[in-house]
Amino acid sequence: MTAARPAPPHTAPARTRVARPKARTGLARRENRSGWLLVSPSLAVVALVVLLPFALVVVFGFSEIRLVDIPFLGTEPIEWSLDNFRRAAASQAFWGALWTTVLYAGLTAVGSLAVGLVLALALRRPFPGRGLVRALLLVPYVLPVVAAATIWKTMLNPQYGVVNAFGRAYLGWDTPVGFLSTTSADVWGIPVPVALLVVVLFDIWKSAPLAFLFLTARLQSVPGEIEEAAALDGAGRRQILRFILLPQLRAVALLLLLLRFIWSFQTFDDVYLLTEGAGSTQVMAIQVYTELVTKADIGSAAAFGLLMSLILGVLLVGYVLLSRRTEES
Amino acid sequence: MSGVRPTRAARAGRAVVVVVALLWSLGPVAYGVVLSMRPYGEVTRDPLGLPSGLDLSAFATAVRDEADGGFGLGRFVLNSLGVAVGTVVLSIVVCVLGAYAAARLRYRGRAVTNGIILAVYLFPGIVLAVPKFVILSRLGLTSSLVGLLVVYVAATVPVALYMMRNFFLALPASVEEAAIMDGCSLGQLLIRVVLPIAIPGVVATAIYVFMIAWNEYFYALLFLVQHRDLWTAPLGIAQLGDFQVPVTVLLAGSIAVTVPVVVVFFLAQRYIVSGLVQGAER
Repeated sequence: MTAARPAPPHTAPARTRVARPKARTGLARRENRSGWLLVSPSLAVVALVVLLPFALVVVFGFSEIRLVDIPFLGTEPIEWSLDNFRRAAASQAFWGALWTTVLYAGLTAVGSLAVGLVLALALRRPFPGRGLVRALLLVPYVLPVVAAATIWKTMLNPQYGVVNAFGRAYLGWDTPVGFLSTTSADVWGIPVPVALLVVVLFDIWKSAPLAFLFLTARLQSVPGEIEEAAALDGAGRRQILRFILLPQLRAVALLLLLLRFIWSFQTFDDVYLLTEGAGSTQVMAIQVYTELVTKADIGSAAAFGLLMSLILGVLLVGYVLLSRRTEES
Repeated sequence: MSGVRPTRAARAGRAVVVVVALLWSLGPVAYGVVLSMRPYGEVTRDPLGLPSGLDLSAFATAVRDEADGGFGLGRFVLNSLGVAVGTVVLSIVVCVLGAYAAARLRYRGRAVTNGIILAVYLFPGIVLAVPKFVILSRLGLTSSLVGLLVVYVAATVPVALYMMRNFFLALPASVEEAAIMDGCSLGQLLIRVVLPIAIPGVVATAIYVFMIAWNEYFYALLFLVQHRDLWTAPLGIAQLGDFQVPVTVLLAGSIAVTVPVVVVFFLAQRYIVSGLVQGAER
């Protein structure tokens, strides 16, 4: 087999190409053709399942179309209108969902970054069993979301859940707390959005391991000499953390924050499985689902989706600019 | 040097963080496992108690077919397995080619196609749920596992491309250059030279794709909720939660569909993690 032969030095192909210009253009043309050959299935999939649907969602958003119209799609002319957007802008449901989603995504992003950071710093130095601990911390991330939600729902169940049982046995709770259905409860006089916080906590539990992985990867590439030099110059542990480690992590932390916000902004599964939107946890994705399935209104669902993607588009541009700057520095 | 070594207090602090983190991560999972092995009556009577014995009947009830008084999880698992394996095969074949081209070949328009691939990886998926649902129901595929397969391939191609490109970039290019000099054709090059050394990366990506397809819930709900015989495992468990199914059986089902995924993930953990975080190391 050819692969078994010793590889020639790196310069060999380049030298041959320069020496024989004709062969070089032939080679380049062949490479160009192979490149397109190999990448075309991927592009075909992308075009069919991303670009075409996106074009359609724009069309739907600007037209009156309902689920019952599907069989006649493509046979009748489209009635263009702005009504879907007008109705969305006028509806309490839309603005409520937008605010809930921003709160949910923001809290989740900050929370999972904070937890991931603490874990990454705590597990930075080797100790016996570190590999095992690191692997075990990934379990919530790997768990199927349905299994995780079933467990959490059981834990928080008012009748037989362990949290309520514990609270009533040892913390003096008079009545069980409906963690997944309570919109707001007063804790020492401060209104707390119970169900929303539970959903946020669940998402932090599930997504912090990913932040932990990214931060660990970044920490491992901080050269040890910088730290040693700082220590020789008399820097304390806190100063090393503040002036050396955290600045190194800043770029990747910002990216993680933005990426988690973008992902959580479109979360459906986690929220729907835990609360089905009860207790004021109607996020945008659940609104889209409700418009489509319950109200059978394709146009309105598409308009909601488009407005979501408008917001996400701005964030994505920010992400790309940020990651480009990170790569340059 | 000595200043960098942790003090006793720092080590104690670390131990506390590690213990709390393990309890936080694994506590709920352990709770689920324990409950799945207790009789339902005992759970409602004494929620804080420990299992009096090992009762695995909930697992048997969950898996058995409805005809035998069970909840049909066995069939849901088969449905999931079929869709997930199909997704892996299609998605990996498409992506091995695309990722190799993106990582190695210099063709005209390469920058543009790479940009498209990244944009798609980051694209908000929920926005496309509406048109995908409409297109597939126009084609009559929303009540079938085939429709689900199409959607899953679409959902996994971007992330698989991204991961596999990272793996290809990390491989030494010199072997391929040697093979090209020896007059190897593109097909030979891919099958006999590139794939053998790239196999860990391909397997890791395949496992990750499998996990996504195995765990997916939204599209299964959207497409198949009215077709009980076609339910995938996640949809089945979520739907049964709305019926009067004892919670111990639900948990047994959840554990049963979780264990294979977790085991397989940990076998390939190192490769999957490196494929995911590659960009973060610089």
